[in-house]
Amino acid sequence: MSASMDARIEATPGTVGLEAETTVPVRSQGYWRGVFTRLKRDPVAMVCGAILLLLFLVVIFAPYLPLADPYKGSMIARLKPVGTPGHILGTDELGRDMLARLIYGGRLTLMLGLLPVVFAFAIGTTLGILAGYIGGALNTAIMRTVDVFFAFPSILLAIAISGALGAGIVNSLVSLTIVFIPPITRVAESVTASVRSLEYVDAARISGAHPLTVVRVHVLGNVMSPIFVYATSLTSVSMILAAGLSFLGLGVKPPQPEWGLMLNTLRTAIYIDPLIAALPGMMIFATSLCLNLLSDGLRSAMNIKD
Amino acid sequence: MSPLMEIRDLTVRFHGERTVHAVNGLDLTLQPGEVITILGESGSGKSVTLKALLKLLPEKRTEIGGTMTVDGIDVTALTGRRLSDYRGKAVSMIFQEPMLALDPVYTIGDQIAEAVRRHDRVSRTKAMDIALDMLTRVRIPSPERRLRNYPHEMSGGMRQRAMIALALACRPKLLLADEPTTALDATVQIQVLLLLRELQKEFGMGIVFVTHDIGVAVEISDRIAVMYAGNIVEEGTVSEIIKDPRHPYTKGLLAANLHGATRGTSLASIPGSPPPLDARPNNCAFAPRCAHAREECLEALPPVFRPGPGRRVACVLERGQSEMVLPARTPEAA
Amino acid sequence: MREVKNSRDRGGPAQPLVIANDLTRHFPVRGGLFGKAAGAVRAVDGVTFTVEKGETLGIVGESGCGKSTTARLLVGLIGLDKGEIVLDGEKLGGDLRLKDLWDDVQMVFQDSWASLNPRLTIEETIAFGPKMRGVSKVDARRLAHDLLERVGLAPARFAGRYPHELSGGQRQRINIARALAMKPRLVILDEAVSALDKSVEAQVLNLLADLKAEFGLTYVFISHDLNVVRFVADRIMVMYLGEVVEIGPVDEVWRRRAHPYTSALFAAMPSMDPDARTEKPPLAGDPPNPIDPPSGCRFHTRCQYAEAVCGKSVPRTSVVAGIASHLAACHMLDEASGHTKAGAAPTLINEAAE
Repeated sequence: MSASMDARIEATPGTVGLEAETTVPVRSQGYWRGVFTRLKRDPVAMVCGAILLLLFLVVIFAPYLPLADPYKGSMIARLKPVGTPGHILGTDELGRDMLARLIYGGRLTLMLGLLPVVFAFAIGTTLGILAGYIGGALNTAIMRTVDVFFAFPSILLAIAISGALGAGIVNSLVSLTIVFIPPITRVAESVTASVRSLEYVDAARISGAHPLTVVRVHVLGNVMSPIFVYATSLTSVSMILAAGLSFLGLGVKPPQPEWGLMLNTLRTAIYIDPLIAALPGMMIFATSLCLNLLSDGLRSAMNIKD
Repeated sequence: MSPLMEIRDLTVRFHGERTVHAVNGLDLTLQPGEVITILGESGSGKSVTLKALLKLLPEKRTEIGGTMTVDGIDVTALTGRRLSDYRGKAVSMIFQEPMLALDPVYTIGDQIAEAVRRHDRVSRTKAMDIALDMLTRVRIPSPERRLRNYPHEMSGGMRQRAMIALALACRPKLLLADEPTTALDATVQIQVLLLLRELQKEFGMGIVFVTHDIGVAVEISDRIAVMYAGNIVEEGTVSEIIKDPRHPYTKGLLAANLHGATRGTSLASIPGSPPPLDARPNNCAFAPRCAHAREECLEALPPVFRPGPGRRVACVLERGQSEMVLPARTPEAA
Repeated sequence: MREVKNSRDRGGPAQPLVIANDLTRHFPVRGGLFGKAAGAVRAVDGVTFTVEKGETLGIVGESGCGKSTTARLLVGLIGLDKGEIVLDGEKLGGDLRLKDLWDDVQMVFQDSWASLNPRLTIEETIAFGPKMRGVSKVDARRLAHDLLERVGLAPARFAGRYPHELSGGQRQRINIARALAMKPRLVILDEAVSALDKSVEAQVLNLLADLKAEFGLTYVFISHDLNVVRFVADRIMVMYLGEVVEIGPVDEVWRRRAHPYTSALFAAMPSMDPDARTEKPPLAGDPPNPIDPPSGCRFHTRCQYAEAVCGKSVPRTSVVAGIASHLAACHMLDEASGHTKAGAAPTLINEAAE
């Protein structure tokens, strides 16, 4: 709402206000509670959040669910269509239960989607805040290094690093983390630099507080939300990249189930049963869509209007 | 002579997370060639009134009532092609921040020429000639060179002049000015004010000037309408308002202006601040801050009195001193 | 001079609270391929003045004149390129560390969304400084509540609120309370009332006057609004493009307007008299860019009295009308400058005729 429409109440001793004076101490809603209240009013974000929550629960508690063995194949039950009794989502090219493999595959795919972003968030935010708050030569050193990574498209960078390190889950984790540090650093640096020049930070500095305290109390809280929102939007990219690495044989190795790898191995079945072949892709699509929509909802919920 | 602009019982209400009653039953008349200043503080609804006149308010969230007529055109009914003809040709607007009105990717000359061609069928060369003429009229030094400048290549005062040139390119009959000098330095502000005064005489247009600064209002206008909480509390010629303020709010504003205040004394300030307009005021909106407030001020809207021709005061203190023109209006049930 | 009730007074009443000597700060403008310095904004260029104990020094000038940079230099938010700041006899960087400076000097910023941390409640904002200084949580909280009360905001209603829930006037009261929580002797007010509505501005100015008397404060009051400065200041300092052009007691400067720029600045104020409206703008054009200020007297490009000498040599600071506290830097005041009107500044002559 624009300032000109801003309604205001000014308290001055001796003024008889029309509105009743509150005598009970007013404690306003905290920031995160406010964000959650606004998020709750966004139906799209809430539906996406619920779907993701359900997916996470299913994936985490997979061993306790009545599922078939995702590794046990059957030469006679290969590529059974969706709806086959005993195999609700059919079977893959080696006769393994698709439902079980999709759920167990989700464990790896989601882990590879989330963990690199979490690591990169921690490292990138630290680097970015350092560069943005301290500035000067440190800023130049950090930001120019980061710029080097921007010279390569993220997928190429991930392939190159994974290729150099060799295939494997840990190596794809490492390579994806490295891929995501530069963009997060850059976002963190720019928001920190803009917050650093604000007057309330100046006021904190002239109170004689230690620079780390100033950062903790006055900078961190105000830069975290934009970085956090940006990072959530990266999880879907990370998931797709992880699936891509596995698809290319640089990530998870067979027979472990992983959505990207499954997409690769099932691609030969596309003429026999396109629906089965598309299932892992549909999971990747739906999950990343939900992540993106939730991140959009978060973005608008965190945007405090004043 | 029929008035150039006539606003009758204008109400503007915004719906959003909460409802704001920005303008509440405003009446305002402007004669051709007259300059009136709407003087008010932030939240008084002065800018909203201007935007309503140009239909610039977001349609979905805004509820507008009352009638607005400019040069015989019923503004409320305008849509589409006729609305865009009206904007620029009949009425034009200048803003506090010229960068909002000027397009950063086109040169000043292109923008003025484009505005001219939108309303008149003239050749590009002719339109450019008009643009050059406009820049000369707003006293921009070396206008031929400035024609090819982008807005960011100009200083603040220059940009303000360029925006004025753009607004006046189609010779509107009415110019709306929304605090156009507030962001300028003092020595530049007075230049722009004097320029507007000269251009007004030259073009014979009417101006509705919105500001919070009484000094600026005195320099620019013929009449002043003091606005508070979405309505006009007092209106009169500049001399009347400055030398004989009647409404306690006007008196308070003048006292707070510090002009001639003695150092080391306490300022006669208006206590408190404007009311939140989440409901339409059904009594005198200024009463809670007013030293003269009585029981009746809190009970009903104040009647409007006419202490002289073209003068009005919405305050019960006028009772018995001047003729009443409008008994206290009872607002419709909210 | 008013009596200063402050036990921290070191140099006695005659020692100025601040001696600012030759303050200079340039900001490099980076450009070109390798970010080489392409020039410098000469934001503050050899500014010298004193702030006496218990007074209010007003600083006026237009955008780019360096008044805000001067404020930031005085509180040590940015460093000096050249010059020195002496606080009550102790030189900053010598006996006086930045931390000690901040014990005595605090700043009130212009009200804007950036002046208060949106994530902290009002109470947390005010208590932060004292806590950093080792005041216990309980005491800092009590201090915050006392100060809220003092600036006219009921602690019960406001202590737990966030800045975006408050009006401009209320936020500015918080800004003031935050500075006072540090128990300063000098408060720098940088456009502290400029963003407020007139009626609220008067309330805040009254509050500032009361607080000054109560706590024995000294103010440096920076504003572009001459009316406000004239009302609050004891002495006034006029700046133009990073330099001081005139400084002196408010009434003296108001009466004499020794420097043509001061004269123009005052004449640019709206008249407030409908029968005597301004007919001719006192100056043409905008203030020049401080990146590449004019040579000699920086005002000569806009001055109606400018002569060849004005573009060539920097004017010396001269005493105006024999009053030692009233100084101005104009060739017309300097008999030896070679200006044809030297020793007979037209602005002064006008006043003498009256």
